[in-house]
Amino acid sequence: MSVRIGVYLCHCGANIAGKVDIDAVADFARGLENVTLVKDYKFMCSDPGQALIQKDLENKLVDRVVVASCSPLMHENTFRKTVERGGLNPYLFTMTNIREQCSWVHIDSDRTTEKAKDLVAASVRRAFLLEPLTKKEVPINPRTLVIGGGIAGIQAALDLAEAGKEVVLVEKEPSIGGHMAKFDKTFPTLDCSACILTPRMVSVGQHSNIELMSYAEVEDVGGYVGNFNIRVRKKARYVDSELCNGCGACWSKCPSSRVPRKGNVHEKLSLGPTTSIYMPFMQAVPAIPVIDRDTCLYFKNDSGACGICAKECERGAIKYDMTDEIVEFEVGNIIIAAGFKTFDPAKVKRYGYGRFDNVMTALEFEVMNCASGSTGGNILMADGSEPKSIGIVHCVGSRDSHYNEHCSRVCCMYSLKYAHLIKEKTDAEVYQFYIDMRCFGKGYEEFYDRLLSEDVRFVRGKVAEISKVPVTETEEGKLVVSVEDTLLGTVRRIPLDMVVLSTGLEGSETLPEIAKLCSVSVGKDGFLIEKHPKLGPVSTATDGVFVVGGCQSPKDIPDTVAQASAASSAVLSMITREKIEIEAATSEVDEDKCSGCKLCNTLCPYQAVKFDEEKEVSVVNEALCKGCGTCVAGCPSGAISAKHYEDRQIFAEIEGIFSGGL
Amino acid sequence: MKYTYYPGCSVSATANLYQESIDSVLPGLGIELEELDDWNCCGATAYMSVRELLSFAISARNLALAEKYHRDMVTPCSACYLVLNKTNRYCEEYPDIRKKVGQALEAGGLNYSGNIKVRHLLDVVVNDVEKEKIAGTVKKDLSALKVAPYYGCQIVRPEIGLDDPDDPQIMDELIRSVGATCVDYSMKTKCCGASLMGTDEKKALHLCKEILADAERNEAHCIITVCPLCQMNLDIYQSKVNSLFGTKFRIPVIYFTQLIGLAQGKSMKELGLGRLGVKISGEMKKIIEGA
Ligand SMILES: Cc1cc2nc3c(=O)[nH]c(=O)nc-3n(C[C@H](O)[C@H](O)[C@H](O)COP(=O)(O)OP(=O)(O)OC[C@H]3O[C@@H](n4cnc5c(N)ncnc54)[C@H](O)[C@@H]3O)c2cc1C
Repeated sequence: MSVRIGVYLCHCGANIAGKVDIDAVADFARGLENVTLVKDYKFMCSDPGQALIQKDLENKLVDRVVVASCSPLMHENTFRKTVERGGLNPYLFTMTNIREQCSWVHIDSDRTTEKAKDLVAASVRRAFLLEPLTKKEVPINPRTLVIGGGIAGIQAALDLAEAGKEVVLVEKEPSIGGHMAKFDKTFPTLDCSACILTPRMVSVGQHSNIELMSYAEVEDVGGYVGNFNIRVRKKARYVDSELCNGCGACWSKCPSSRVPRKGNVHEKLSLGPTTSIYMPFMQAVPAIPVIDRDTCLYFKNDSGACGICAKECERGAIKYDMTDEIVEFEVGNIIIAAGFKTFDPAKVKRYGYGRFDNVMTALEFEVMNCASGSTGGNILMADGSEPKSIGIVHCVGSRDSHYNEHCSRVCCMYSLKYAHLIKEKTDAEVYQFYIDMRCFGKGYEEFYDRLLSEDVRFVRGKVAEISKVPVTETEEGKLVVSVEDTLLGTVRRIPLDMVVLSTGLEGSETLPEIAKLCSVSVGKDGFLIEKHPKLGPVSTATDGVFVVGGCQSPKDIPDTVAQASAASSAVLSMITREKIEIEAATSEVDEDKCSGCKLCNTLCPYQAVKFDEEKEVSVVNEALCKGCGTCVAGCPSGAISAKHYEDRQIFAEIEGIFSGGL
Repeated sequence: MKYTYYPGCSVSATANLYQESIDSVLPGLGIELEELDDWNCCGATAYMSVRELLSFAISARNLALAEKYHRDMVTPCSACYLVLNKTNRYCEEYPDIRKKVGQALEAGGLNYSGNIKVRHLLDVVVNDVEKEKIAGTVKKDLSALKVAPYYGCQIVRPEIGLDDPDDPQIMDELIRSVGATCVDYSMKTKCCGASLMGTDEKKALHLCKEILADAERNEAHCIITVCPLCQMNLDIYQSKVNSLFGTKFRIPVIYFTQLIGLAQGKSMKELGLGRLGVKISGEMKKIIEGA
């Protein structure tokens, strides 16, 4: 069989041609065995560049294609399509990276050219052994799973539902709403959080296309893009949601408490009732209470001594014997919207959180400001009195190499929001202790400007310590903030009544588990990794799995909502296609050689290799396999091969590198 | 457990009471110290800021001498601990310093390959001796004695990693294992003024005052320290603090080894406690004698 290989060299402007002598590489390629045609062009990926290849194929000049240009990550797909248009199986094409791995990283021009030659020689040898492969198509289930019911999950679910597609929204807490449900006002416009959030929560609860599973967690994800099998555990609420009408009779008589009864104002902060049977907050969706087993008297006394809520409930909705329920269903795509958690400031011992009264976190301060919360929206000290001075400490746990390097993006802005709320509600003096003010969004700088004229004191410096050790009389009984004021160039001690710690954002504690279930990765900053930081901000390395909102990186509500809508439109475009092609370069088990040791089953990061109990051999699920080759390398019997990356193809490539063109 | 002992200059002079209590208490805990033969000055924190390289070389000589014994080197002084550790770290991290220090050692017929771990005596007592063993040597009930642990600024520096730099606990633990009551207060890692006492006495006295005041506010009967310089500043200069600021502190400042000795029922004399600047008296004395 005679093979005719075409080699196409890309200049990539000066990116490659500036370092690699293209003519020399072209001459070299012409001398290689089986190469019948060599062409070069300024930008091979451009329309005319692609047309060159396509025409040669149409004219049957070549039957294998090598493109030497950039990384396959960049343009492998582009050229596969070109080759297909020219009438050739796309797997008879291979790409040589002479940019990222050659011209961009070396200095000496002559040696870079030599390396480019070796790489081309390798690809030519590989091309000779390539086999045509066929891509498979799988249907896409039009249903979508959304994990997490914060504003991100709510937005994504509503977008899809409005487009007529079914959604299952799984939220681990008793109500949807996420962090936003705990806020009174939102920056920079100061619109009331409940006013903009509640209608959307209600829509989620009522929408005929949305199935809401609250107080539930995803336990297992199987299958692959278009066809995921999901298992969810619905935790027992001990309240029958069919019967309950949310009247509140149960908690109004509940004798036990979820919060320390003797606690001070700050320890008792809560949005909803503080009883053991409770609704997390009044606008909860679904408006169905749950019982906190840890403090409920009925569960604490084995005899079931209490039972008051059951007696109070006219509809008989209280069910102490309720157990967790497992539900299984199928979806085509998954949107992860599991949000963030805030940094635990007790780790910064110097700031006294948990040791001193009146040092509180931003989230606690949000709850205190909520009109429907336990303080009625009043800003109070732990003893119930009104503070005369409040300090707001920025970057607690963010921009700090001891804890998190990243900037949490929203803290500067919510700190400004607090200053405004304090000024509006009290006569207290307000200090902002900041490193840099980062007011990046629309209307944010304007909001900062406004606060500058609201008699707020801005001290630029990272707070060293919050102590209760008075040095002067004015410091007696106060919290003393020690800070280097870098604008004045001096160390200051500022006595205050109350300090709010603007804690940074971290990926929520459930992320590692969800990431594992859905085969996506968690970055070193603790957030989920998107497919591409610029061009693939909502997709992930796993097809059919998307990430949005606070679980992808710290972000404000506008960015969260935008990202959620981006993901829902990406999902919609998948659903509309109805089918999806899956990669053909997968692994394959030679059943005759497989010893059934199952090592590959555990090695596979995508759970794509399963054991066939009947045949007693391992089998690769091609829809799940990403062709990474881990099983191939791991198989002790050499029974697994990777299509498109067969051993002989790789050895040929290695030989090509050392052949010097012979 | 045998260790190479690097005493440092203080314990043989101003802080000889520290040494006496060490001699009296450690054998009972199963800790054997063998003094490093021909040791010299650690390089000292003050000298380090003036002639860094010379300081490293002086310090490294001790490490080089210790290497042939293949065991950890223990020092009772926080400054020695910090300087010797710093020398170790810089020689490891900076090839340039390592080379120059190596040349200096070579001129003296020595060589250091970086294998000596330098530890503070407190670390050894708390982390190498089982808590039960310490508790087992306790003969007196000191539960009524409120003790404020004073760590000073040097032993918990983050780069050494002995304990949480902001809120260390290892001395707190020790106080509890000898049965006394540990006082939680904010100033436990604040600077005592160190050698500033020699150059800007007023400022240093001010720093001492804050530490003493916080210990008193939290009702401590005494303060325990791990460093000869901290002990001297807080103890010997306490009367100067009082006359400068009009305060009336009378807080004995003792070494952690002396506290262990007291719990073990050793006499004040044996532990060198008779030579403190602020004598043990009043309630503390009653507790110790009554126990
Ligand atoms: C103190 C503070 C104040 C802020 N103020 C403002 C402001 O004024 N304006 C503004 O624009 N932004 C503000 N933000 C930012 C805002 O909170 C975020 O932009 C927004 O909450 C992100 O929404 P989300 O849905 O991605 O995450 P979240 O609000 O965290 O919601 C995530 C949801 O997922 C659920 N979940 C987590 N894990 C699972 C799981 N395994 N299974 C099921 N469900 C799960 C959670 O229970 C939660 O309901 C503030 C942030 C903080 C910390």
